[in-house]
Order: sequence, then C-alpha cells, then structure tokens
Amino acid sequence: MAADTDSDDRGLRKGKWAPYGLLSPGILWLVLFFLVPVLILVRTALSSKASRFANPEFSWQFSNFSSAFTDYGPQFFRSFLFAGIATVSAILIGYPLAYWIATQGGRWKNLLIGLVVVPFFTSYLIRTIAWTSILKDDGVVINMIHAIPFVPQDFRLLATPAGVVGGLTYNFLSFMILPIYVSLEKIDFRLTEAAADLYSTPWQAFRKVVLPLSMPGVFAGSLLVFIPAAGDYLNNRYLGSPKTSMIGTVVQNKFLVQFDYPVAAALSLVLMAIITTMVLIYSKFLGTEGLAV
Amino acid sequence: MVMSEGAAPPYLLRELEEPGKSRKGQTSSRPAGSRWGRRILTAFACLVYLYLFLPLINIIVFTFNDPAGRYNISWDGFTINNWLDPFKDKELTDAFIRSLQVAVLSISIALIMGSLVAIALARYRFTGSRSIEIFLVLPLTTPEIVLGASLYQLFLGRNVVLGFSTVVIAHVMFCVSFVALTVKARVRGFDWTLEDAAMDLGASPWRSFRKITFPLILPGIMAAALLSFALSLDDYIVTDFTKGEFTTFPIQVNNAFRVSFPPQVNVLATIVLIMSVLLLVLTSVRGEKGASR
Repeated sequence: MAADTDSDDRGLRKGKWAPYGLLSPGILWLVLFFLVPVLILVRTALSSKASRFANPEFSWQFSNFSSAFTDYGPQFFRSFLFAGIATVSAILIGYPLAYWIATQGGRWKNLLIGLVVVPFFTSYLIRTIAWTSILKDDGVVINMIHAIPFVPQDFRLLATPAGVVGGLTYNFLSFMILPIYVSLEKIDFRLTEAAADLYSTPWQAFRKVVLPLSMPGVFAGSLLVFIPAAGDYLNNRYLGSPKTSMIGTVVQNKFLVQFDYPVAAALSLVLMAIITTMVLIYSKFLGTEGLAV
Repeated sequence: MVMSEGAAPPYLLRELEEPGKSRKGQTSSRPAGSRWGRRILTAFACLVYLYLFLPLINIIVFTFNDPAGRYNISWDGFTINNWLDPFKDKELTDAFIRSLQVAVLSISIALIMGSLVAIALARYRFTGSRSIEIFLVLPLTTPEIVLGASLYQLFLGRNVVLGFSTVVIAHVMFCVSFVALTVKARVRGFDWTLEDAAMDLGASPWRSFRKITFPLILPGIMAAALLSFALSLDDYIVTDFTKGEFTTFPIQVNNAFRVSFPPQVNVLATIVLIMSVLLLVLTSVRGEKGASR
C-alpha cells in the first residue's frame, strides 16, 4: 500500500525520478546563476576591450592573466598575507573559547554558543564602521596604548595594515568558533582520562588526543575565514588606506568604476585559482577529506 | 603513548575511529586538567566575549549619542532623540525597507528550493548525490567578489537592467546552498520509516508529509530562515555588483559615508539586532520543545 516500498532499514528510498525532481529547482538556479556566470567570467578574462565603453571581444587574450601577476602582485600578496594572519589569529582567539564552551559550558552550552553568534546579527558594514569609532586616534583604546611606555605617540591603528587585519579577524571570528565547537563537542573526554591513566600530562593529552580530533573543525573554520577574507575590500576601505589595498579593492574598482572587464575577470579567476590551490594543499597537509563537520 | 594493539582498551580504539559513538548518551565532556589551567581559560574566554561584543556595545551606546557634526563617531552628549525619530533620514529608511523586501522575497524562494534539495539528499539514495553535495558547497567556498563579478557579467551580457530583481536573484543563489546544508544537517539520521508506517496505516503521501515529515524538518527550516535572513540583510559585496542604481541598507550607509554617518544607522541596526535575537531565542525554544516530544 505504500507508494514506493524500495527502502532500506532507515527508510531511505532508492528513488528513480523523485529525488531528481526535488533537486531540480535549486540545482537549476545554482547552475544558471553560479556555474554559468563563472564560465562567462572565464570567457571575459580571455577577451579584450577597445575602450572603456566598448564591448569585450573574445580573443584568447592570455595577456590579461599575465598582467594580473605583473601589475597587481603586491595586492595579491597583501590579500593572502592579511587573510592568513587573520585566519591564524582567529584560530588563536577562537579555539580556546570553543574549547572552554565545549568543556566548561555544561547546561549553558547552547546559550554560550548563541552569544557567540549574536554580534553577527548586526550588519557587517556597520560592525566595521564601529571599529573605526573604537580605534579612532583620540579614542579610549589608542589613548590606553599611548600610555604604555616606549610606544611612539604617533602610533595609530586606523589606516594601517594592523587595522585591516584586526577587522578581518573580528568579522569572521564566529565562522571559526562554530565549526571548532562542533568538532570539540563530539569528542568524548574520557579519552583524556585514559591518557592521564597512561601517565600523560594534561597538555600532552590535549596535544595528542583532543587537538587531532578537533582538526576537521579547525580546517572548516580556516576555510570559512580565509576565503572571504582574501577577497574582501570593505575592511580595507574603512580600516585601511590606499596603501594597504587588497585584490578585492582592485577587482571592485576595475569592474564598477573603470569598466575594465577583461583584466578584472582575469584577476578574479586568478584569485579563485590560488585560493582553491591553497585549500587543496591545506587539506593534504591536514589529512582530512571532506568537510564532514 | 606506548600501547600495543592487544593491550589497548577496546572502547579507546572505537573512540579514536568514531568519536562519541561508542557509548550513546554517556559521553563525558570534562577533560582531566589542572584547576589553574581552567581558571586561566575561563578568564581568556571572558576576554574573547568582551572582544566579540565590543563593536556591538559601541553601536548600541552610540544610538544614544548626540553627534556634534554629521558623523556619529565621537561621543558628544546623551540623547534619546534618535530613538524617538529613527526614520528621520529618508534615504536611509527607504534603503532599509528595500533591504527587508529583498530579504523576505529571497529567503521565501530559497527556503522552498533549498528544503526540497535537502529532502532529496537526506531521504533518497541516488547516483550523483555526492557530486550534488560538492556542487552545493562550491558557492560557499567561492569568494563573494567572484560571485558578484560573475553575476554582473551575466546580467550585463544579456542586457538585463540591474536592480531589485537581480539583487534578489543573487541573494537566492547564495542562500539556497545555506538552506540546503542547514536543513540537511538537521534532518540527517531521522527514522524515515515513520513515513512508511503512516502510509501503511492508510495515510496518503501528502498527509504523511504534512503530519510526519514537515514537523520534523521545521526546526531546520526555521534555523535556515533566520540564517538566510541575516545573510541577506547584511550582504554587501555580491549586492554591490548586482544592484545598479538600486540601494540596500548597507549600500546606502556606505554611499552616504562620504558625507555623513547619522545615528539613525545605529538605531536601525539595533532594531534588526533585537529582532534577530528574539527570533533566535524563539526558534531555539521551539526547537527544544519539538525535540523533547
């Protein structure tokens, strides 16, 4: 009497057309508005434009890609450097918090994790502008730093690389904390008791038992921080200066202001390619397959 | 650790392969460790929470500021006037309403399509499910600047006027992945034979969906809705590329920042924050009740 009795013991069905039917609207949307546009981007990257208002002509213009490296090397390097520092900082700040919630949270775990998410219900842009207020030159924070001996009086954080990195770290911090927390949550800490029984110190137990088991979370978190950070331009716009411009700044400018589509497209693709390569290397290094968080 | 295969306790080996699964419901989450270590960790955790909430506190505090100039960045005096007249800045308010419209429409579409995808992936076993899962993750691992730029190229090439609809299309695109993955995660491991049982007892497929399946996936859908709402309202980069002359709230704040930064920005952002926190509390309370049934 059941409609389709081809199911296994968990009720999972071996569907024929039903799953494909369910999938099609969503997947079709993604194909149309994600996959196809990226392919168009590839085509544009290989085109050339006669002038600012002309249409791009496809002409296997590989020089767009080489100019990406020669002209914008510093911005690429800076973007990856900033994103890398932000990712490491996020791990250093976020891992202990995730560990604390997972191990000391008890009944309050859900509330504590909810608190981590709450600040991120304010707009990304407005959070960044709030940092310009907090770190402003005559503000509390800078005055406190000036009070420390040996700090030069012209020390500032706005319009500096440190400001940009600080903004990047902050804005993506919860994306680091959440996956690490999920990973730590799954660990049975009686393993550390077992390790203690085998004469290990708490630190060794952490390093050899907990840390490796939490790596999938660290991996997922790192991706969720590094990838958006590398392509960001808002933090640089508000907390940095033209001297600290990132590749995102260049791409945005080239597309929407200069209308130099071919080079802009080439830059975006190079960014994506480098990120993908780094992700692959990172995953080999960590030995994790898949983001099974 | 010096252990030979035979000497290791069996539960330890099982744990290392599949953490948390060897003893259902009996996991321990308190690691062995020193008391001072725990105190330092707690202190660090409090500092991190302070760091997380600093911009938030700044935003809320500055809703009560009476700025001397056009920039609400330095504290000048206390007033509640901003709260009495939150819609004073007409352009800002209009942009805010437009942001809400985009968000509501985008998540409505994305929730339907994303949930269907999640059901297909969670409920059925079919060829290509692995590839579909990877394809779903791709937009999330692509920098927003590439997503935005490629959509920009797509619309430009088809002579589509950039505005409300293109922004909605873009928002649906990145929300579908989030919805699909969130709902799928919440729904994994459910006993789908409940549906078969209902149908064996005479319920039609539609009725069994309505009474069995839908209530089970509802918490996942609500969580996905909240997440997508926040993502859509806050989105800057992808919106920047697909908006044309159309402005949303963050876009308007950025555009106006050259000239002013009124306190109403903070007020509206705080209103959104309060709404989001209330929704978060409601959905998690609802979720707890549903789980215990």
